[in-house]
Amino acid sequence: MRIFFIIFVFFNFSAYATSIEVCATCPIKTIKEATAIAKDGDTIFVKKGVYLETKIDVSKAIHIIGIDNPIIDGENKQESIFAVKADDFSISGFHFKNVGMSYTKEIAAVFISHSTNFIVKNNKMDNVFYGFILQRAKYGILKNNIIIGHAIDETSSGNGVHIWKCKNLRIEENTITGMRDGIYLEFVDKSSVSNNTSEDNIRYGLHYMFSNNCKYNNNEFKHNGAGVAVMYSKFIKMHHNTFHYNWGTASYGLLLKEINDADIYDNIFEQNTIGINIDGCNRINYKNNHFIRNGWALKFTGGCYTNIFEFNNFLHNAFDLSYNSKLNDNKFEANYWSEYTGYDIDKNGIGDVPFRPVKLFSYVVNKTPETLVLLRSLFVDIINFSEKVSPVFTPDNLMDEKPLMKPINPLE
Amino acid sequence: MLKILKYSIYDLLRSRWSYVYFIFYLALGFVLLFLNNDMNKAVITLMNIIIVLTPLIGTIFGVMYYYNSKEFTELLLAQPIKRSKIFMGQYLGISLSLTLSLVLGLGIPFLLYGLFRSAAIFDFSLLILVGSFLNFIFVALAYNIALSTENKIKGFGYAILIWLFLAVIYDGLFMISLMTFNEYPLDKFSLVATMFNPIDLSRILILLKLDISALLGYTGAVFKDFFGTTKGAFLSFLVLCLWVILPLLRIKMKLRKKDF
Repeated sequence: MRIFFIIFVFFNFSAYATSIEVCATCPIKTIKEATAIAKDGDTIFVKKGVYLETKIDVSKAIHIIGIDNPIIDGENKQESIFAVKADDFSISGFHFKNVGMSYTKEIAAVFISHSTNFIVKNNKMDNVFYGFILQRAKYGILKNNIIIGHAIDETSSGNGVHIWKCKNLRIEENTITGMRDGIYLEFVDKSSVSNNTSEDNIRYGLHYMFSNNCKYNNNEFKHNGAGVAVMYSKFIKMHHNTFHYNWGTASYGLLLKEINDADIYDNIFEQNTIGINIDGCNRINYKNNHFIRNGWALKFTGGCYTNIFEFNNFLHNAFDLSYNSKLNDNKFEANYWSEYTGYDIDKNGIGDVPFRPVKLFSYVVNKTPETLVLLRSLFVDIINFSEKVSPVFTPDNLMDEKPLMKPINPLE
Repeated sequence: MLKILKYSIYDLLRSRWSYVYFIFYLALGFVLLFLNNDMNKAVITLMNIIIVLTPLIGTIFGVMYYYNSKEFTELLLAQPIKRSKIFMGQYLGISLSLTLSLVLGLGIPFLLYGLFRSAAIFDFSLLILVGSFLNFIFVALAYNIALSTENKIKGFGYAILIWLFLAVIYDGLFMISLMTFNEYPLDKFSLVATMFNPIDLSRILILLKLDISALLGYTGAVFKDFFGTTKGAFLSFLVLCLWVILPLLRIKMKLRKKDF
């Protein structure tokens, strides 16, 4: 027993890596020196202070920890602050500042490539071109970082988190404001984006391109040029997100472009110009979502087949649905529509008259967008009413046969 | 003229209809604000009502008042008073009393619910201003009709027709022409077409001030560019004024020749 203990203690000590301290009065004054002398498994503690450094190479399995939020100032030089190419590392507790802008190079506060098994957390980034750039990385976590940019236009600004060709990442609890895209994922598989807040970004809050089997949940997207764009991706799960106040002439809460086999449930879409813009998407299940006071709750463009909408709430949208063709292969069933005026004689909670979510006016607007200037005029109400009584222009079978009488899980 | 104005106002204030009208707006204001405390939303709902209802009430009321007080008017005409003064007095009497009902009826509930503390005050004042303009415009149109038609039933018919035309049919024609000439650039056309109809003009003026204007897309942006500038705002109010002045001039011309 005792021998075991001794062996245990011995191994423990021998496995203990050294720790290196960096501060203005320490023997090692810069982070660069520290990373150069560190060995695999070492920990570098960076004390409070201002470090004017860029191009800090990390190529070993080390842990770099900022104590009391030391500032690393990039002085707007055209170089990334951390350039990482290592496995099993972590970076935490720093305050990155002033990462320079470039039209030709990708410059980030933390640039990670060809890495596996890492965690970057509790950092703050202010006035950065890109916050994070990840390339060909696997099994990583970005957690609890705050990224603040001052983007003015799309060409001269970068993304908060920019991920290209990665796998199995987790992006959690980050706050991103004032960038081009809050979070951008291209060719990223099996990753999750959860509990983030992305607001006031000039393009998208979150942007997926060619990324399959991902999920994002419990995020908040607010006041972005457009909330979330998901393009050319398969098997994406989107749930418990809030998309709100993405309001402007070309804004929407969620843009779906060529998405197949996705699940969208328990989200809140509130006060977006367009709640969801659906372009060429098939086999998507929409369930339990709330669409509240949007301009258009759902806008279909391009062919969309076998989508299922059930148990959603459509509350006080200017248009519940805009549909672009006479052919309908999508199923709308058992949703609550605040515009529904039918009755329920047998008191089973399901309206006895079907509801037709496409108004004649939204059909007309689809053909001739200029007619929108007649919004809220008496004439429009009259033609909508007559179309409702006997549909001529809108697809016959586009209707909710079992509209609910009461909203589902009403929000407070 | 002031004396006649005073008489017709007194006369109208004694009549039941101004009270009914006043109480209708009062009740509407309270119910709207009671049902939802959000003043911005109340303003939107109110816009829908004001734009349809004030013109209707204005025309009907104007025509009705003219035919009802015809005997008294004829008595006045026998006195040494200028014709235009008599009719201007009556016209202003009706328009002012209707406007008073509108302003007080909606103003009181909104004031009680804290209008001055809310951001909606500007939209609300614009709404009231536009509503008052619509009153003046449609009473003037009604007087034109009543002066030109001796037959009461015909007069009412024309009055309703003109309301129907401006509130509904005009928009229908507008929409059809937009759809037919779909392939041409239509923003200038829609700008001009809105200008020619006071109801459309008022609707657009208010819509552009509200959040909902983002829905209008490209055309909305063109409209905003035009009406958002001081020149545009000035021009649109000038057009509203013209809508009051031109019918009044016609009344004057008609009076010069009319044989009572």
